[in-house]
Amino acid sequence: MKSNYKILLCFSVFLTACDATQFNSPYTEDQSESKQAVLYESFSERPKHMDPAVAYNATEYTFIAQIYEPPFQYHYLKRPYQVAPLTATHMPEVIYLNQKGEKLDYDANERVNDSDIAFTDYIIEIQPGIRYQPHPALAKNAQGDYQYHQLSQAQIDAATSLYDFTATGSRELTAEDYVYQVKRLAHPKIQSPIAEIMKNYIVGFDDFSKQVKDKSKTAIRDLPIEGAIALSRYQYRIRIKGKYPQFIYWLAMPFFSPMPWEADVFYDQAGLADKNITLDWFPLGTGPYLMAENNPNRRMILLKNPLFHLETYPTEGELEDRQKGLLTDAGKQLPFIDKVVFMLEKETIPYWTKFLQGYYDASGIASDNFDQAIQFTGSGGVALTPTMLEKGIQLQTSVAVSSFYMGVNMLDATIGGATEQARKLRQAIAIAVDYEEYISIFTNGRGVAAQGVLPPGIYGFADDETGINPYVYDNQDGKAQRKKIDAARQLMTEAGYAGGIDPKTKEALILYFDTTATSVDDRPRMNWYRKQFEKLGIKLVIRATDYNRFQEKMRTGNAQLFVWGWNADYPDPENFFFLLYGANSKVQNGGENAANYHNPEFDRLFEQMRNMDNSEQRYRIIQQMQEIVRHDAPWIFGYHPKNFSLFHGWYKNLKPNLMANNQLKYTRIDTAARAEKRRQWNEPVFWPLALGGAVFILMLIPAINAYRRRVRETVQ
Amino acid sequence: MTQYIIRRLLYSLPLLMGVNILTFVLFFVVNSPDDMARMQLGQKHVTEQAIANWKQQHGYDVPLLWNNGAQGEKKITDTIFYQKSVGLFLFRFGVSESGRNIGADIKERAWPSLAVALPTLMVGLLVNICSALMMVLFRNSYVAKDGVYAASRSGSGAALEHAGIVLCVILMSISSLFYIIGGQFVIGKVLRLVPISGYDDGMAAIKFLVLPVLIGVFSGIGSGARWYRTLFLEEVGKDYVRTARAKGLSETQTLFRHVLPNAMIPILTGVVVVLPQLFMGSLIMESFFSIPGLGSYTIDAINSQDFATVRAMVFLGSVLYMIGLLLTDISYTLVDPRVRLS
Repeated sequence: MKSNYKILLCFSVFLTACDATQFNSPYTEDQSESKQAVLYESFSERPKHMDPAVAYNATEYTFIAQIYEPPFQYHYLKRPYQVAPLTATHMPEVIYLNQKGEKLDYDANERVNDSDIAFTDYIIEIQPGIRYQPHPALAKNAQGDYQYHQLSQAQIDAATSLYDFTATGSRELTAEDYVYQVKRLAHPKIQSPIAEIMKNYIVGFDDFSKQVKDKSKTAIRDLPIEGAIALSRYQYRIRIKGKYPQFIYWLAMPFFSPMPWEADVFYDQAGLADKNITLDWFPLGTGPYLMAENNPNRRMILLKNPLFHLETYPTEGELEDRQKGLLTDAGKQLPFIDKVVFMLEKETIPYWTKFLQGYYDASGIASDNFDQAIQFTGSGGVALTPTMLEKGIQLQTSVAVSSFYMGVNMLDATIGGATEQARKLRQAIAIAVDYEEYISIFTNGRGVAAQGVLPPGIYGFADDETGINPYVYDNQDGKAQRKKIDAARQLMTEAGYAGGIDPKTKEALILYFDTTATSVDDRPRMNWYRKQFEKLGIKLVIRATDYNRFQEKMRTGNAQLFVWGWNADYPDPENFFFLLYGANSKVQNGGENAANYHNPEFDRLFEQMRNMDNSEQRYRIIQQMQEIVRHDAPWIFGYHPKNFSLFHGWYKNLKPNLMANNQLKYTRIDTAARAEKRRQWNEPVFWPLALGGAVFILMLIPAINAYRRRVRETVQ
Repeated sequence: MTQYIIRRLLYSLPLLMGVNILTFVLFFVVNSPDDMARMQLGQKHVTEQAIANWKQQHGYDVPLLWNNGAQGEKKITDTIFYQKSVGLFLFRFGVSESGRNIGADIKERAWPSLAVALPTLMVGLLVNICSALMMVLFRNSYVAKDGVYAASRSGSGAALEHAGIVLCVILMSISSLFYIIGGQFVIGKVLRLVPISGYDDGMAAIKFLVLPVLIGVFSGIGSGARWYRTLFLEEVGKDYVRTARAKGLSETQTLFRHVLPNAMIPILTGVVVVLPQLFMGSLIMESFFSIPGLGSYTIDAINSQDFATVRAMVFLGSVLYMIGLLLTDISYTLVDPRVRLS
């Protein structure tokens, strides 16, 4: 009787843990959903850093961009991408100064002579009244002292998580917090990935870095940095060297978010880091969300920041935005979602299944599920399959601001260099390596073959026939058509490699392709590359090594061909062309120019273009630079990936914005519709279980008979 | 016995040192501190200065094993090996290269691993032993006749034993991945009876554990039952079994009261040694079921060139394995009074 009771108890506990109608629900807090708008998302890779001075990848930005607020942001709806104020009251006042620090006056055309500019000041004014999220670092006791800034050993020993410090406090955001963050970027102990870049721009950054090298993180508060000064409680100035218009984009990145000094004082207390209570794991920001649970092994939860300042949904956008319903929420206070649950999903099968069951609101499309979700229309377009349409799923596609290319080491004696022979060889390869085929085979058509350095959406990208690469494509009625392989073979002949034969060895020309693609799954891709070169009679030798050796080869210039990619930091052509700027050569200067390309004319144009504001002249220079690179072919232009994302019908305000990372605040979900769909899609099916039980019992009968007979035999 | 245990524990110290040196050498043959810095700093804008800074902050700016530039004992102590290894013997694992406290991470992740592995082991053991005993029971029904099949009298028993073996071979021939994907498809997706993956704390974890435990048990039946069957078959031919039968015990009583306890030594060898390892988790199972355990911790660390975590996990694995072996030895004395540890 007692054991029956226990079984009953266990069963009832199990049932309590499950929703009565949705046994397969992976969430236990569904009951509260009717009151709260909860968004369910996933992440596949655990974020390493949550400190805005350190975080620098997409996974980390998924979280911290909702928590921290730099002074500027990208407008959610407007295209091309536009920087707009976030915590700032308006766009910064930009003042150009000469060597003496005197303000330069604008001429009749509202311009200053670029060569006179020695410094640029960005005067930024922030909105008053913005408050930090409630946080123990800001908690004060009755006497007005910070409650947790001098923790006793007993308090530290007792704490297992930040949430054990129950008292929280807040304070107003000030300009000084932005200045403090600039100092943090410079502190060697913080190890900001942009410190090395910023020391080239922010005045006094390098000196400050050296000055505080041996000091604690908290010591920087009272030390001034020349390039960042608070002018008043709500106004600060950043002074940079020369003219660098792209700096505004940096100001829209989480690196330049405010950080209260109290955060460092609190987290820097000995013993807290041993419990993983660090700023890297428990952020402190002013954004629409705060981190309520940080368990990167399982789930991360963001909750609406109760102290979030007034920010409203944009009232302007592109022409078609209103028709698409993207302005329905115009003027409404943000954010719309109360809670965001990010679940760790490493495998695509359970992730995809849960999306189809309605337990995730959005999903990417893995190759395995592509055919299930997407079909190609007769005109070559893409559409959702009837199954997806039946579920009310929406498809969103967008071309990423990224470029993948096959790079040529221009220092290589065979294929590199500025000789006519090497150039024609590269051009021939550029024709032969059919990236349209690559996109079709290896990315399910999710990509756009590149015509030049710039991806769509970046200023200077020409989407008409002037943007066609004439060395690789023919212009057929305004559309790019890859040249026939004969054209490539002709170039090979002109290069002295007729039929792919190397005149020195009288055998097929051998080229080496260095890659980190070492797994079995990579073999088809490597074979494909080999076949592309075989079209020209070239023998491609794949040299697959681990990541470290590959990096070493790149650094020392021992690679010949390689595949590389770049994802834009900000939407400006400078952020792509600098990858080919001679002074950034990887071998010579350890820069990002992995091809080690050096063309004086290109470099001259780059230097001219990089500091220019967008204008017709800048556009013309960009086209000239594209032409030089297409002609010299240090890159075999690959493709720009196309993102395909699926969203359930209850997901609102969808517009791809590849530069903004803080889209969550604009998202709205129809929770009632979701609850209804989930119920419909997840009713448990019991009869196969009963049937299986019955079959099992039937199968037991001969076993029982045999057992009985055996027992009888023994007795006999 | 106490002396024996102390001696074994002392033996383990040089072993652990050896494991530690081997891990260190193997890791740094493949990765240099510069490589580690590059991996941690990401792919963009990584300069030599940033690398030097990272190495200095993480204590990788000294020689690996021998510091020629230092004086006295500092030639040894001012090295990466010394500085990174000493804490291990005090179970101070330090901080991972990405800044997380490794000890805290292990503590947090070991329990979910155990929550899956322990029920899987216990239920699996029960099912496998019962299945093996059943097969032995039915086998005896026809080999007793001088090794000649007595299919006419015990036809269904022989068929069952045959079916059991064939089933075991089939079960052990199928990849565990198939069971996972198949189980998720049928039970999670088609029947919608449990969540396809996920985890929660406390009792709420039960509904997430049902499927992985079920699959873990099921996928282990083939090899487990066949292994135990072999052990039992070795025992059933012995004299004491004949004696038990001769005194009139039923076959079931013979198997469960006499054969099973006598087959416990090899069973324990296999089971007790893995008990401490249960904390370490299963890579595939945890990955597919999104269980926040230790299964992928080491692999992730190797992939991200996180030496601190790799050495901590290898060290911990070695310690647990040694504990397992020691427990196995101790357990022998419990199940077999003839065994004495000295």
